[in-house]
Amino acid sequence: MTGVPTSADAFAPEQSSQTMTDREGREREVSARRVPFSEDRPDAAEIRRWLEDVPDPEIPAVSVIDLGIVRDVLWRGDELVIAVTPTYSGCPATAVIALDIENALRARGIEHVRIETRLAPPWTTDWISAEGRAKLKAFGIAPPSMACAGAMMTPLECPHCGSAHTERVSQFGSTPCKAQHRCLDCLEPFDHFKRF
Amino acid sequence: MTDTEFFEFALRMGDNALILGQQVSAWCGHAPALEEDIALANTALDLIGQSKLWLTLAGEVENNSRSADALAYLRDARAFRNCLLVEQPNGDFGSTLMRQFLFDAWHAPMLTALTQSSEKRVAEIAAKAAKEAAYHFDRSRDLVIRLGDGTGESHERMQRALDVLYPFQGELTAPDSVDLALGARGVAPELAAVKADVDRLTLDALKEATLTAPSGPLRKGGKTGLHSEGLGRILSDLQFLQRAYPGASW
Repeated sequence: MTGVPTSADAFAPEQSSQTMTDREGREREVSARRVPFSEDRPDAAEIRRWLEDVPDPEIPAVSVIDLGIVRDVLWRGDELVIAVTPTYSGCPATAVIALDIENALRARGIEHVRIETRLAPPWTTDWISAEGRAKLKAFGIAPPSMACAGAMMTPLECPHCGSAHTERVSQFGSTPCKAQHRCLDCLEPFDHFKRF
Repeated sequence: MTDTEFFEFALRMGDNALILGQQVSAWCGHAPALEEDIALANTALDLIGQSKLWLTLAGEVENNSRSADALAYLRDARAFRNCLLVEQPNGDFGSTLMRQFLFDAWHAPMLTALTQSSEKRVAEIAAKAAKEAAYHFDRSRDLVIRLGDGTGESHERMQRALDVLYPFQGELTAPDSVDLALGARGVAPELAAVKADVDRLTLDALKEATLTAPSGPLRKGGKTGLHSEGLGRILSDLQFLQRAYPGASW
């Protein structure tokens, strides 16, 4: 990742000429012009607010921001770079998420969008925001616990009736990130967003 | 110039995940219980996702413009570097699980060790994949114990699967020149150290499952491209579309 500007320096006026690393890792010359602070260019915070409206395609109750998979938002010249981290290596939603983000930003008038995959540090469910956890619960999915020893064994609270009298039915659920559980009191089945 | 040893190593990691993922995905819609069907499909997805990361790395190391797709779809059997274990037939549910267990018992500690790799890209992929492999191991270990220490029928099937498959596990921890060279460079762990973990994880679970590992020589060859007949059949499915309709995309 050497040569990739951080979001902090992305807003500093660029030097008249410098090299950058493109997606394939090759150094390339950046056009020799200054990109000033732009009055009409949305900043990273505003773009993040826009992305709060981009839902996860498999669990539309939460946004890509809630999930904590948007790692960086930065301007590189006149190109907007969004660094996204995958949840599970094989999650089929990953490609759809990239496309959804791109479409959402284009709809806001951003012409040049680049989605970059960033593996490190690996995503864990601890990246899901408190708001995201609340939304999952309201949607009927038991949110993941925060990382701590033995958390997998902690009885889960049923998102329907609140009972802690629940059991795991299967280690996997309808998506790679979920497991199936059932409540032994209200007898309703529910998904658990696994701690990962 | 291509770093041949590193390229070989990345192919081995990627091909193991790709071929096992392809094999396991064949269970989709056929597993004995819905939960198992979902679990197998998700395991296959994780493995195929990991193979994409490793094969992308292999393509970068080779530096010859081959993408992960090109490596997966357009190499012939002799160019594949997966171990023989993963190309063994699915057989019954017990065989599939035993193969998964023997693989996971290597995969999880191997990936954990690789998180310390001197190569940043290797360490990053390993950190991502290690958590998935640990989860796979939890499941395959649990099921091997439940079926091994289950009914007479399930015990017999699991023992039969173990007798056939166990000799293939050793290839994963038997170092050759590639492993030794990368171990010396710190890119990959010393396999002798990994083997101690693999043997302990495997034998502890087998004991609990009341199963007995057979003795006898290990079966190897896949790491250097010497495969069984089965790989050709697997690839004929896996590669059909790109071979019949080159460049097809959707």
